[in-house]
Amino acid sequence: MKELLRVQNLCKTFTLSAKQQRLEKTNEKRKVAVDNLSFSAYDGEIFGLLGPNGAGKTTTLRILSTLIKPDSGDAFLDGKSVVREAEQVRTKIGFLTSELKLEDYFTPNYLFDFFSDLYHVDEQVRAKRKHSLFTRFGISRFAEVKIADLSTGMRQKVSLAIALVHDPEVIIFDEPTNGLDVITAKTVTDFLLELKQEGKTVIISTHIFSLVEKTCDRVAIIIDGKLVTCDALDKVKNGLSLEDRFFAIYEEVAGGVE
Amino acid sequence: MKGNILTIMKKELKRLLGDKRILINAVLLPGILIYVMYSFMGYALAGMFAPDAAPLQIAAVHMPTSVSQMFEAAALPYIDIDATDVAEIADIKSLIAAKEFELLIVFPADFDTMVDAFDIKSQTTTAPNIAVFYNSTDSDSERVYAQVAAMLDSYEATLANKFDVNGGDEVYNLASEKDRSGQVFSSLMPLLLTILLFSGCMAIAPESIAGEKERGTLSTLLVTPLRRSELALGKIFAITIVGTLSAISSTIGTILSLPQLTGGASDGLPLFYTMGDYLLLGIVVLSTVLLFVSLMSILSAFAESIKEAQTYMTPLMIVVMLAGVTGMFGGAAEQPLVYLIPVYNSVQCMNAVFSFEVVQLHVAITVVSNLVYCGALAFILTKMFNSERVMFSR
Ligand SMILES: Nc1ncnc2c1ncn2[C@@H]1O[C@H](COP(=O)(O)OP(=O)(O)OP(=O)(O)O)[C@@H](O)[C@H]1O
Ligand SMILES: [Mg+2]
Repeated sequence: MKELLRVQNLCKTFTLSAKQQRLEKTNEKRKVAVDNLSFSAYDGEIFGLLGPNGAGKTTTLRILSTLIKPDSGDAFLDGKSVVREAEQVRTKIGFLTSELKLEDYFTPNYLFDFFSDLYHVDEQVRAKRKHSLFTRFGISRFAEVKIADLSTGMRQKVSLAIALVHDPEVIIFDEPTNGLDVITAKTVTDFLLELKQEGKTVIISTHIFSLVEKTCDRVAIIIDGKLVTCDALDKVKNGLSLEDRFFAIYEEVAGGVE
Repeated sequence: MKGNILTIMKKELKRLLGDKRILINAVLLPGILIYVMYSFMGYALAGMFAPDAAPLQIAAVHMPTSVSQMFEAAALPYIDIDATDVAEIADIKSLIAAKEFELLIVFPADFDTMVDAFDIKSQTTTAPNIAVFYNSTDSDSERVYAQVAAMLDSYEATLANKFDVNGGDEVYNLASEKDRSGQVFSSLMPLLLTILLFSGCMAIAPESIAGEKERGTLSTLLVTPLRRSELALGKIFAITIVGTLSAISSTIGTILSLPQLTGGASDGLPLFYTMGDYLLLGIVVLSTVLLFVSLMSILSAFAESIKEAQTYMTPLMIVVMLAGVTGMFGGAAEQPLVYLIPVYNSVQCMNAVFSFEVVQLHVAITVVSNLVYCGALAFILTKMFNSERVMFSR
């Protein structure tokens, strides 16, 4: 299988401001968020980054989506470096997180066109894609309603549609089901599987075991910025439930749950 | 490249001008407010000096013939009061205190003979004294008092007349009507315009940059292939357009209200300026707005929220106002190099345009240097959009 994403010795350390030190309840000036991380993801699979709060999942995905730069190491998306060829990487990926918001003032219809413009999507292709995505997520009825007036679930669906305006090869999704009710969450997980069916590569981060078990082909567990294990889901589970396996690993690495 | 800048501009303009609140606050309100405020100020000032509809009430005791002729010439009617009518005199004084009567003048009984007899060198007799009772808190009384006092003063001066200054019928002030009104305009407009331009931009720049950062919508743009420089320029241009609309609105408001404000001193003045003047003014204003917007964009990008951005802008506002004040005094600066100083250069150019003394070289230096500063600031803004410290600090 083709290696679509290769992460090589990625490191990222944050310098904490006084305010951040207070929030994190620490005296340390520096916080190692990602510590020499290496893994690969292959064409057409759903890859999961699993880890507890503060493990460095979001930081890793932000580096992959070129929003921030690593201190050292690099990652290659379809051969393009996220550090040196950021602009080309951006055309290949769709990045989705709850932090990336859509402007309240605009309608899904307008935003879809606006982002299509930024990705230079051809008019005809755009119209077709809009129709199919809007129908798929039931957005058509709300196409002319301002984002401000949409429900959280509907907003998430619009964000999803808009992240796909350019039909990216790789979809990077930080905490796909966070803050969603069970019904919307199911729409999203179903859609991840559909994307896989279409041959897309999907990379998600989560701390929810069931989501990984339902969707992922391969999974990497990271704790404290370090990669603990990375393999096919069945191999990682090793006969146990993912949850039991995770806590067994966690005990080894971090010395148990305090 | 161009396409993306245009896409961003279109989005920003739709956002800023489509939002009724912003449209009203940033574009319509400045002009309307200024018109209403200045007109009101103008009417209030005019009202203070305009004669009352009610006839003035003036009383005189022992009015001498020499002075009564002057009253007639000045169309000031008065009633004669008999000196022996003490009750009537006391009555009038209390009416003046109650602002119901304007003036009481008491001459000595034989004023004219006393004046003839008085010799300033020998001083054998005492100088005759005229008592003028008035009420300084009653604007009519105050005004008539000033008029009468001036009249009597000049009468006194003619009595010992040795020479006159500007006593003939000629027009001695050789400044043209155009120049005199230009002076009024050039001392008022640069400060007003600068402040209006600044506050117009201040109503939108924080919204467009700090606001998007605060709401998390800016990062959504940063994951697209859009270049940071395109984002910076698209935003700066769009805010400049809205800022310019705001400036136009303020300027229209000011020009319409100016005749009222200056009591007619600038009547028809805008007509004195040529299309060329307006064109130069427009270029200066545009480059100034561009500069303000670039500065504000950087402050907004630093800020975490709209409120924080506005706080950062207060010191800048003070500097801009001080620069604006320099435009109130005297003619525009003549040394070309000072036109490299941002904001100050714009103020001096505006002053020059309004006083019909514009030097094209100065305008050129101003506009070019402003554009260079904007370029540098846009570059810094691009760097900031690239900086994770600025964009993703927590
Ligand atoms: N901009 C930043 N400045 C300082 N510290 C940061 C910054 N971003 C992340 N960190 C710190 O780096 C560590 C990893 O954070 P990250 O958000 O990547 O974790 P995560 O695995 O996504 O956790 P969660 O499940 O809570 O989302 C945390 O300790 C966090 O406080
Ligand atoms: Mg996270």
